Amino acid sequence: MDERLERILPRVQKPGRYVGGEYNAVQKDKDKVDIRFAFCFPDTYEIGMSNLGMRILYGVMNEMDGVWCERVFQPWGDMEEEMRKAGIPLYGLESGDPIRDFDIIGFSVGYEMAFAGILNMLDLAGVPVRAEDRPDLSPLVIAGGTAMYNAEPLADFIDIVSLGEGEDVTVELIELYRRAKREGWTKHQLLVAAAQVPGLYVPSLYEVTYHDDGTVADIVPREGAPRKVTKRIVQDMDKSYFPVHTVVPSTEIVQDRTTLELFRGCIRGCRFCQAGYVYRPVRSRSKDLCAEYAKEALCDSGYEEMTLSSLSTSDYRPLVELCDDLEEFCEARHIHLSLPSLRADSFSMDLMQRLQKGRKSGLTFAPEAGTQRLRDAINKNVTEEDLLQSCRTAFAGGFNAVKLYFMLGLPTETDEDILGIAEIAAHVMHVWRESASNKNRGVRITVSTSWFVPKPFTAFQWEPQISLEEYQRRVKLLRQAITTKTVTYNWHDGDTSFLEAVLARGDRRLGKVLELAWRKGAKLDAWEEYFSLERWMEAFRECGLDPHFYANRTRSRDELMPWDMISCGVTDDYLWRERERAYASVTTPDCRTHCGGCGANRLVGGKCNV
Amino acid sequence: MSKLRLLFSKEAQASYISHLDLMRTFQRVFPRTGLKISHSNGFHPHAILSVVLPLPVGQSSVCELLDLTVDQESDGSGIVEKLNSGFPAGLRALDCYAPQRPVRELAFVQAELQFLYDAGVPAGCTAELEELFRRPSLIIQKKTKRRELADVDIRPLIRSLSFSEEEGKVLVQAVVAAQNPGLNPALLGNAVAKELPELAPDFVRVRRTALLDENGEIFR
Ligand code: SF4
Repeated sequence: MDERLERILPRVQKPGRYVGGEYNAVQKDKDKVDIRFAFCFPDTYEIGMSNLGMRILYGVMNEMDGVWCERVFQPWGDMEEEMRKAGIPLYGLESGDPIRDFDIIGFSVGYEMAFAGILNMLDLAGVPVRAEDRPDLSPLVIAGGTAMYNAEPLADFIDIVSLGEGEDVTVELIELYRRAKREGWTKHQLLVAAAQVPGLYVPSLYEVTYHDDGTVADIVPREGAPRKVTKRIVQDMDKSYFPVHTVVPSTEIVQDRTTLELFRGCIRGCRFCQAGYVYRPVRSRSKDLCAEYAKEALCDSGYEEMTLSSLSTSDYRPLVELCDDLEEFCEARHIHLSLPSLRADSFSMDLMQRLQKGRKSGLTFAPEAGTQRLRDAINKNVTEEDLLQSCRTAFAGGFNAVKLYFMLGLPTETDEDILGIAEIAAHVMHVWRESASNKNRGVRITVSTSWFVPKPFTAFQWEPQISLEEYQRRVKLLRQAITTKTVTYNWHDGDTSFLEAVLARGDRRLGKVLELAWRKGAKLDAWEEYFSLERWMEAFRECGLDPHFYANRTRSRDELMPWDMISCGVTDDYLWRERERAYASVTTPDCRTHCGGCGANRLVGGKCNV
Repeated sequence: MSKLRLLFSKEAQASYISHLDLMRTFQRVFPRTGLKISHSNGFHPHAILSVVLPLPVGQSSVCELLDLTVDQESDGSGIVEKLNSGFPAGLRALDCYAPQRPVRELAFVQAELQFLYDAGVPAGCTAELEELFRRPSLIIQKKTKRRELADVDIRPLIRSLSFSEEEGKVLVQAVVAAQNPGLNPALLGNAVAKELPELAPDFVRVRRTALLDENGEIFR
């Protein structure tokens, strides 16, 4: 191990996350590979290692001959300081080599609050943050992930953006890069060629002009780049890679368990949910393959817990059969099966009760809104009676804690909807009194609210975020309305949600704000310890841009969105239709009941297999 | 059901795995060997495993012991090979057997320390260090379990010490008390820093080399 590293590790928190060497970490002979890939996650090791997408692509790349993909995370502040002081540049966990010497540096970007971390990691690596200051072919800086459906705020820094599911396109990009390296292409040649690969978006090949009022006037592709870049998806989940042999961290991480991906996409169509739209259409993995992967992954990792994960797990058709398949296997090995994102219906409750065994952990539901009218408006098809019935079953079965998640500031929300949240909590309390099998232990009901952030590629992409003052007023209103003892109310502090709303629908002019905010110290913005809205507001002032223009403005139907060169398969017409139905409080049936014609079927050759 | 004892080394990257994380790592490695570790009863059954003498984070060792109970009948043969295919880098199983001696017979830790001096070892360093540790008492401040600082006399906890010099470092061979109370050998460096600040090493490396019983014989 590097002696400089040995000196600083005793002084930092949780040094185990900076040394690599975990079980299943891939070691290769660096003299026998021609492509070194630094797979960066712009947050801590604990968060990044919990990301299934990262594990998939790590496996896919390392299965390629001659390619060595290593993991890189953002160090915590104490480690960063020590590294900068000791002159240790950011390194790959597998080899310990500085990533500035790698061929490709790729970022997995799941949320906007990670943007500043990308710049910080490049800088810590000793790589110029701006794309134009990196004239050479290597290191090539690329990015993918859910937050990259609008990569415009990062346009100045990222060479190539990969849209959608990365399994296939990452391989194609690496092959293209390999050819460029072999044939001695310039970086520009590579970028122009990459723009021809479906799913690859090269921001520098687009010229964006603005109207005087700050809205986008035109987006002009150059050098043959397409006007629309459509995301990539895996067509057949049964042929898609699943990381059976995956890195098992030696230190504790957030999701410290085997994650089994049952399907991608979601049939539901909640109107606020970006994931629900951009991952369309739904594609399932067959039950037998799921069971096989699960058993193999559990045997290999030795994990004692497995999550059956997807956007809405209850919608996996053979869910009960799969659980039947796995139950005995898991029981014999003391493995706990957990099912997150269950719907509040009796089918899901029965299943959960069966799997919970002795463990009576808390129940979590996300009704999102306080009245049926508003739930209809956001297309969250759950009724209060479903929810109360689920709670009834759970309390009767011995549960004594329920968490309820809501959003404040949804389009069309009125005070009545907010007071409805307090009423639901009171009704849950009432149900507990009626049905609890053991009242001695009491009950804990937690209501949590977040501040709604409108996202691109949703039915609410044209909507304003409510102002901070209004958000605070609504929090206060709810706080005063919750009078039931035993109901705890937690609300999300507004600062990060506001910035998220700004960045999510930002244009490329925000690049200079981002760079300035980072120079002023922004790095681990998802962490309260490090985030400062004031720092960002200063950066906005100094750049002469108004954050409220991005967060709090209503867009018209014909406004050109900054991300208009990107397509996730779902058409704008469909999203607008959904927005109109929201204002009429009309629900849209799920994809299984009735195809709403969103356009995503074109990604799978015409018809969705829901 | 059998009781087993595992001898293993913990070095390089693995020296940064904390005690708690090490337990977790073992819980995950054993299922891969086909051995079933016995679990406690209750709502949250946990594996019955215990490290005989936890190693401070950052130190390395070639003589760690882990006691465990497995559901099967086993004398430990074949386990070492199976474990070694599933460990993170820096952990290595060396031997596995039915323990003959109770943990309370473990009396001393033998360790090899390196005091590193970036500007070269100061002249006369070894002699002064020997002198220092000949004192009848050596009080240092140590964090207690409640995270307060308390004065401790470490001299009675040291059984033997010898010093030798190499390029840029002083090698220390130490035998110190293992338990009730034990002495973390790294504190020898703290004692130097407190009493002879000009000889304070820039960095102290610690490597456990043997566990000993009351008579100085290997405890296994
Ligand atoms: S095309 Fe129809 S079935 Fe397919 S995702 Fe869109 S709405 Fe659902």
